[in-house]
Amino acid sequence: MDLAYFLQQLINGVTLGSVYGLIAIGYTMVYGIIGMINFAHGDIFMVGAFIALISFILFALTSIALPIVLLLTLLIAMVFTACYGWTVEKLAYKPLRKSFRLAPLISALGMSIVLQNYVQAAQGARIKTLQPVIQGGFTFLEDTGFTVSLSYLQIFIILVTIFLMAVFTLLITRTALGRAQRACEQDRTMTALMGINVDRTISITFIIGSSLASVAGMMFVMYYGVIDFYIGFLAGIKAFTAAVLGGIGSIPGAMLGGLLIGLIEVFWSGYISIEYKDIAAFTVLVVVLIFYPTGFLGKPDIEKV
Amino acid sequence: MLLISKVETFYGNIQALRGVDVKVNSGEIVTLIGSNGAGKSTLLMTISGVNKASTGEILFDDQRIENLLPHEIVNLGISQVPEGRRIFSRLSVEDNLRLGASAYEKGKNFDTDAKDVYDLFPVLKDRLNQRGGTLSGGEQQMLAIGRAMMARPKMLLLDEPSLGIAPKLVNQIFVAIKNINKEKKVTIFLVEQNAKKALELADRGYVLVNGNVTLEGTGQDLLKNKDIQAAYLEGGGKK
Repeated sequence: MDLAYFLQQLINGVTLGSVYGLIAIGYTMVYGIIGMINFAHGDIFMVGAFIALISFILFALTSIALPIVLLLTLLIAMVFTACYGWTVEKLAYKPLRKSFRLAPLISALGMSIVLQNYVQAAQGARIKTLQPVIQGGFTFLEDTGFTVSLSYLQIFIILVTIFLMAVFTLLITRTALGRAQRACEQDRTMTALMGINVDRTISITFIIGSSLASVAGMMFVMYYGVIDFYIGFLAGIKAFTAAVLGGIGSIPGAMLGGLLIGLIEVFWSGYISIEYKDIAAFTVLVVVLIFYPTGFLGKPDIEKV
Repeated sequence: MLLISKVETFYGNIQALRGVDVKVNSGEIVTLIGSNGAGKSTLLMTISGVNKASTGEILFDDQRIENLLPHEIVNLGISQVPEGRRIFSRLSVEDNLRLGASAYEKGKNFDTDAKDVYDLFPVLKDRLNQRGGTLSGGEQQMLAIGRAMMARPKMLLLDEPSLGIAPKLVNQIFVAIKNINKEKKVTIFLVEQNAKKALELADRGYVLVNGNVTLEGTGQDLLKNKDIQAAYLEGGGKK
């Protein structure tokens, strides 16, 4: 059963890692550009999951074909969640931009509580379930008798993640917007002196981060089939851990970190103990930070002046 | 072209500018000299909208700009090369130049504009793919000026372009500033501690002491002025 079991864990880990990676990008981008940890980002992910759920339920009443439902839900979740992310930035962070460093952090914690309570009040505190949207998959029967399965849903999640990360990488490295974002990361005043609207660039960063988180939310609700208003907390902390593990501020680092956290969690559950799977991810973080204080792909801030 | 009147700027409770009046006419090179802490950089940052003037007004082409945001001011045609160059050290030289072009038609004419910059500073063309932080001090200064020129400004604010740069390169940079003024018809407002070089280059000059303009005149007059010679040319300032 060894190889088959390992393969199965690998598939599950990559799937989960995709979800964490998509959330982690939002943490790392916001940290890169305004140097704050957006603690409400996990809750933005949760809002995205709820919007996707509502969208799926509404489309279930119609007879629209599945691929179109998936595409429309993806777009709806991205657009609406982006509005939430944009609003949070405008309300809670922008007024504090010239304040002391801790102020937006406290504001972010407040926003996190606001979003949780808002969803709890609007949707109720009980768990919400979703019938499987994509069913079936491939199974490979290994000769030892253990079945390895790769569901269509897992393929969908991994492909969408790869696609979004590719598009997103191109956006950052090849477009004027990405260049402006990288410039803001280094020197916001100087970026403004280039004639670039820094506030707008920051807003767009929140919009991108939120829409990626909403895709993660959509995948989460499809994969687990169960959500409540509190899922953003643990998923958010793990994605944040992923961002730190990869090197906060580094976008490839966030993707790598997400993948690692997903794999660690799944392998720990599979081989050691499912009860302590949450501890595993954080333990690895502690150990890694001892040896790589800036994370795997983080850059130490040494600059020639 | 630029008319600054009675501008006062504060950092918290500390008053950095105490009612500054400066006028720069179209096509001129005007310099502002003064010692460390006199408020020179503050004045440039106030023109660019990074620091807000608490009182007074700043007119650019007869339009009030003291309440505009920095990027709006750049889009009106005032670019700044700030003290310490502040190039984007982790980005490539090309990305630095492309960022500079953000204000001018969103960089659509990048190639032609970049060619003008390479004419001024040929070394930049060979360094396009290098990270900004790997350039020497003088090359970084050239990049900073080139980056500002990519916005096709009507007016260029320069803050201590000679600071920390090898003397040979200082001459090259001052020649370039003169070229920018004469050939590209860009009005120059130059802040310098290197008073002698600045006054030799400038049509007119102002002296800033503790946030006040104490003297003004043509470059030649100021060079001959006894007080300036004593304070900035022989004893205090760098030659």
